[in-house]
Amino acid sequence: MANIFFDHISTTPIDPRVLEAMMPYFTERYGNPSSHIHDQGQQALKAIDAARAEVAGLVNAKPEAIVFTSGATEANNLAIKGAAEAWSKKGKHLVASEVEHFSVLNALLPLRNRGYEVTTVKADSDGKVDPDDVRKAIRTDTVLVSVMHANSEIGTIEPIEEIGRIAREREVLFHTDATASAGHVPLDVTVAGADLVTLSAHNFYGPKGTGALVVREGVGLESQIDGGFQEMGYRAGTENVPGIVGMGRAAKIATEEMGEWSFRLRRLEKRLRDGVASSVEHLHFTGHPTDRLPGHVSFWVEYAEGESLLLFLALHGVMAASGSACSSNLKGRDEDDLVASHVLRAIGVPSDICTGSITFSMGKENTEQDVDQVLSVLPGIVRRLWEMSPTYLDYQKKVLRGG
Amino acid sequence: MASGPYSAKVMDHFMNPRNVGEIEDASGVGEVGNPACGDMMRLYLKVEGGKIVDAKFRTFGCGAAIASSSMLTEMIKGKTVEEAQAITNQHVADALDGLPAVKIHCSVMAEEAVKSALDDYRKKNPA
Repeated sequence: MANIFFDHISTTPIDPRVLEAMMPYFTERYGNPSSHIHDQGQQALKAIDAARAEVAGLVNAKPEAIVFTSGATEANNLAIKGAAEAWSKKGKHLVASEVEHFSVLNALLPLRNRGYEVTTVKADSDGKVDPDDVRKAIRTDTVLVSVMHANSEIGTIEPIEEIGRIAREREVLFHTDATASAGHVPLDVTVAGADLVTLSAHNFYGPKGTGALVVREGVGLESQIDGGFQEMGYRAGTENVPGIVGMGRAAKIATEEMGEWSFRLRRLEKRLRDGVASSVEHLHFTGHPTDRLPGHVSFWVEYAEGESLLLFLALHGVMAASGSACSSNLKGRDEDDLVASHVLRAIGVPSDICTGSITFSMGKENTEQDVDQVLSVLPGIVRRLWEMSPTYLDYQKKVLRGG
Repeated sequence: MASGPYSAKVMDHFMNPRNVGEIEDASGVGEVGNPACGDMMRLYLKVEGGKIVDAKFRTFGCGAAIASSSMLTEMIKGKTVEEAQAITNQHVADALDGLPAVKIHCSVMAEEAVKSALDDYRKKNPA
């Protein structure tokens, strides 16, 4: 039985070409870019500047707009807190959608405690944010609007171009978290009107531990890490040179090959979507039917709990993810760490019949055979869970009674 | 086979749950939990001469919930009503070689299910 990785939304395998590009920077070219008086330092500095240009190319930004970070979480923190602090004289109000990643939502919490106000904009049942709601939420003291490009859990792509236009009209900064989308769907920061964009290398076949915040010229942010003067003063600390080199190479590959990946992934997505729709009853897809990440299929099944579905899939070699109430944090310290998915609640999935959705996120190495293997095991797993479920039994009895 | 955060015993009971089903003429039925909270268990008991002669369950829930339900039914079969009444969630968790900290509530659900089913039994069979 082959192992099938259908969890690319959590991370992607590093592309061998990316690893190859990184390797010399662990051993032969180990210089510190800040110590560029000698060859070792020079090589490192040149390498990160080349990577800066490659990452900029992925989103049509200027190279000097790229601020490398330790990942998307740090980039989101820098965007939210950095902008709020730098622009606090203008106002202390921020706008964010309710389906944002935790690293946006939780970065807003300490700001609330410091006298900032946050307006949360709702998403509809497809997980889409209405740009008009953003418009209505903006006040004279608003400094920043944050709406993600695509949602990892349900795959929906948000109308960021319209939101960016509104933010520009109202002279408010616009941040978009493109962790799930960058390298998978085209993103042009000039078209999106985004002042701040979060990128994550390991989500597009690059290394973990490296991300970037795209900072449009003139935006101005308060640095969140005090220290030296790396990354134009936005982010102190010796640069993760191998990681940055890897992110650059991954960005270059994605820029060139994204169209081809996406074409293949759309076909796999359709095969999987049509396959589960015709073989599993009581199945509800989540997210927008068409405006979604390529290769992303998410749904929930009535009377079948999410974690159990995932466990059985894992036993069949299929690795997928869940926004389940039960499985969200198995390593948590106590039960307070078990939280139902805020995204599923936001899109109105009824919590009394669903405690977990399944997210299949395919990547460039997946094949039609992988999809067919998933389709060959899923209906049986669902049936098995139904047979154990008291709620399914009640449903069947109701049907028999003609209810 | 251990998988992810679970012990081999939890996985065994998850993959091959014992005593899944219903008892038509049950002496007592207990239902605890709520699907909205992520898990729900229904336990059926057949009591004869003060002894639990059969136990069946249906559970909606995660791996730990299914394994706790299955283990509980194994533990109470053959026990007297008094002995079953004394079973705690710790007994169930121990029998499964432990549960992750965030999953202790699943063993609590098993304890509550047997207490609820025994309450139902006593209601139907007042001393």
